[in-house]
Amino acid sequence: MKRRVCALVAMSGLIATGCSNRPGESTTITVFAAASLQATFTRLGAQFETANPGTTVMFNFGGSSDLVAQLQDGASADVFAAADTVTMDKAVAAGLLSARPAVFATNSMEIAVPPGNPAGVTSFVSLADPGIAVVVCAPQVPCGAATRTVEQNVGVALMPVSEENSVTDVLGKVISGEADAGVVYVSDVISAGDAVDGVPIPTADNATNDYPIGVLKGSTSADDAGEFQAYVLGPEGQQVLAEGGFGTPS
Amino acid sequence: MNRTPRLDVPSWIFVPAAAGSLFIVLPLLAMLTRVDWADLPALITSPGARTALLLSLKTSTIATLLCLVFGVPMAIILGRSTFRGQDVMRSVVLLPLVLPPVVAGIALLYTFGRRGLLGGSLEAFGIQIAFSTTAVIMAQTFVAMPFLVVSLEGALRSSGQRYEEVAATLGARPTTVLRRVTLPMVLPAVASGAVLSFARALGEFGATITFAGSLQGTTRTLPLEIYLQREVDPDSAIALSMVLVVVAALVISLARRTARPA
Repeated sequence: MKRRVCALVAMSGLIATGCSNRPGESTTITVFAAASLQATFTRLGAQFETANPGTTVMFNFGGSSDLVAQLQDGASADVFAAADTVTMDKAVAAGLLSARPAVFATNSMEIAVPPGNPAGVTSFVSLADPGIAVVVCAPQVPCGAATRTVEQNVGVALMPVSEENSVTDVLGKVISGEADAGVVYVSDVISAGDAVDGVPIPTADNATNDYPIGVLKGSTSADDAGEFQAYVLGPEGQQVLAEGGFGTPS
Repeated sequence: MNRTPRLDVPSWIFVPAAAGSLFIVLPLLAMLTRVDWADLPALITSPGARTALLLSLKTSTIATLLCLVFGVPMAIILGRSTFRGQDVMRSVVLLPLVLPPVVAGIALLYTFGRRGLLGGSLEAFGIQIAFSTTAVIMAQTFVAMPFLVVSLEGALRSSGQRYEEVAATLGARPTTVLRRVTLPMVLPAVASGAVLSFARALGEFGATITFAGSLQGTTRTLPLEIYLQREVDPDSAIALSMVLVVVAALVISLARRTARPA
């Protein structure tokens, strides 16, 4: 809302400098971010607001492909952070980004089990046991593609009882105890806290997603958007992401 | 029925009515413009699509039968008898109509799920509902039942009890009255209620994905397949949506034909 008012004021030429973040003025930046970033970006947003008084960060969390579709259909936003490079490449190909996006984090897969691991899951191979109800992401979505890669690396074909549309749906089935195990991101196991236990997948077998971030062409406060991107890539942002289970890009 | 003189509706009422129908028709037409006609046959006959459609038709049919078995008695009790707590029961029966389907799914999960209220006892008997086609049918029955109950109870209330009273005076037992008088009288309403339930079951998404999960051939009904395809292949999602629209339209027109009193 504020942003729209700012844009109107800037357009009418009343204030030549537009709405850059001068002391005493307020700006809102809108960030479209992958669902798996919800916990960490919410924290980062609050920290960024404290560090930059007068700036408000608004988030729209969702499936990365969904967010690209929304942006293509004309949703107005300043920053986009995706859960994999494939999806970000789509946004780049659609001409949505103002500059080349930068990778700010990586995420790997982990097995989530209900607290206490009632089914006794010990490794990725043990998920192939027909007595274990395992839930994964559908291969069509990024977390499912990563699960497929792990299956190939380990050399085992899972027979899941359900292939969910998003990683949060997988996590939900594990938290509720419906599933004995679910293949999710490392960051999901951490953000779920006590609700699930994690069974790690060895690095050699694991699949890793790169998370790119970029400022959008349609941004009406590109300076602030750039500052937010720099904050995510900077030491404060990297610390929050590391605490959330994300890896540092090489 | 005797004919009454034809009454005209005020002409201005056509304006908002037309706007309303446009609001419903326009999005469907907009979807039509996005259909990839050349690839349509291939898209809707893909194994994933066919499996999902068959699963949808099968589960919706069973769900509709369950709605009839449990919904007709409920409607009769609500529409033909008086007892304490009737209003409460009516509200409770209608609740799934206004609940967001995802809430219905969560409620079912905490009842019939493995850790649910009854899940443990069911598992002891070797019955596992989680991630099965049974779970899909239960989710569909849960959300579709009110449609049958509402339309049948309405018909029972508006039809009056004159004939039933006469039948009872002539010595017919309650079951005979129900079988020979009440049910034949409201049969069109049973039919249209069943069709509404079927249509609702066919479109069920939220409760299914929450309670039953999504696996090709077992729990991935057509709406779930559409939602999944939308992520990667919008053309396929649109083609499948068209299939769902056509099936729904067929079912409704069929219902109009059978439900019309002779």
